[in-house]
Amino acid sequence: MDLDFMLEHLPRLLKATKLTIQLTLSSLFFGIFVGVFFAILRTSGNKILYYISYYYSYILRGTPLLVQIFIIYFGLGQVEWIRESFLWVVLKEPYSCAIIAFTLNTGAYSSEIFRSAFETVNKGIVEAAEGLGLNKLNTFFKIKLPIAIRQSLPAYGNEMILMLKGTSLASTVTLLDLTGVAKHIISTTFRPVEVFIVAGSIYLLMTFIIHNFIKFLEKRYNYN
Amino acid sequence: MGLLAYGDTGWGDELFFATLMTIAVALAAIFIGFFLAAIFASFKLSKNKILNLIGSFYTTVFRGVPELLVIYLFFFGGSGAVMYVAKIFGYDGYIEVNAFLTGAFSIGIISGAYSTEVFRGAVQSIDKGQFEASEVLGFKKKIYYYKIIIPQMLRLALPNISNVWQITLKDTSLISVTGLVEIMRQSYIAAGYTRDPLFFYSFAAVLYLFLTFLSMKMFNRLEKNYSKGY
Repeated sequence: MDLDFMLEHLPRLLKATKLTIQLTLSSLFFGIFVGVFFAILRTSGNKILYYISYYYSYILRGTPLLVQIFIIYFGLGQVEWIRESFLWVVLKEPYSCAIIAFTLNTGAYSSEIFRSAFETVNKGIVEAAEGLGLNKLNTFFKIKLPIAIRQSLPAYGNEMILMLKGTSLASTVTLLDLTGVAKHIISTTFRPVEVFIVAGSIYLLMTFIIHNFIKFLEKRYNYN
Repeated sequence: MGLLAYGDTGWGDELFFATLMTIAVALAAIFIGFFLAAIFASFKLSKNKILNLIGSFYTTVFRGVPELLVIYLFFFGGSGAVMYVAKIFGYDGYIEVNAFLTGAFSIGIISGAYSTEVFRGAVQSIDKGQFEASEVLGFKKKIYYYKIIIPQMLRLALPNISNVWQITLKDTSLISVTGLVEIMRQSYIAAGYTRDPLFFYSFAAVLYLFLTFLSMKMFNRLEKNYSKGY
């Protein structure tokens, strides 16, 4: 093991970490909206909406993320009307394609997490809120949502870590994120172990931060 | 549909064999994973602090680092490591490690980290009375583990093993970066050749969906079978 070699390449890897963090945060941010949206469809009681949401999450959770990102980046560019529409501005960039794929993917997983969280909200609480004269919107935002968020924290923390790891696939569509740069250094220097240790430690540090952040939130929103 | 014809004119046979390759790598990986999980789960459950630490180190690293990075480590580092060992035994030539083995091992090590947690959780959820009763009845540790604890543990672990299998199956798609011709790699080749990536990647998605659907059905049957009361 060569410590000097590792230190020499650390700045480049740290710089690439910025893109990894960007990809993770923006996918998670948009993913929450997608997740909540499909969770609402799933619990709406309408059969058609239920099946739309069910199959959405079934398909996105049943196929590898790599396929999804390839369909969006390589596949959609082939369709004539997409290339002629305003969508092409977004879809020709690997960066936005990666974010779209990650968002749709994490949205599917989080919709399952949020759905089961909504389902575990005690019916008595909801009835009490309605009984006290809160309208549907208020019941949802003031009662159901906060409880569901608290319920879904541990599972959502896992999903955040999975998404962080998932962003490594951005390197397959030419983006130079942490894994992309690590691969580049490995293939030019043939020192896989050293690069793995440095890049792996950066990833582990990030998972550690997420893990503790979720733990902190759990403690904070503990209502017992 | 001509694109999927069987034989020289289409990609049907290639994709069929690629699907078999995906299944083969996934099976090899999950069994390597089970083997590692049996070792590391026993480390994690042992009373020895050092073994505990080794077990935790394994699961933390391989669940916290992206799969792709692990694959690159083995892909670029595999031949080096094998040659290093061969040198000790006096062989000096170049050895290239086969893509299948590289893939199966890298995915297997990741899958093993997940399985370790599953096995550990399952053993811990077995009633303490079972351990005590086996000891009181005079069984040796080795025997009661094989005959009493592990059969019960497998039943409890089955739903989670099903999850690990799904993860492992999907992770095999990443091996395509090493050039092993499984579903993703074959679709990549076909897409490049025919310039029809949308069709071939969508078809790859259908193949994966089919595989995950099929394995879900199989695990559901197993679960039903093993949750029978006696």
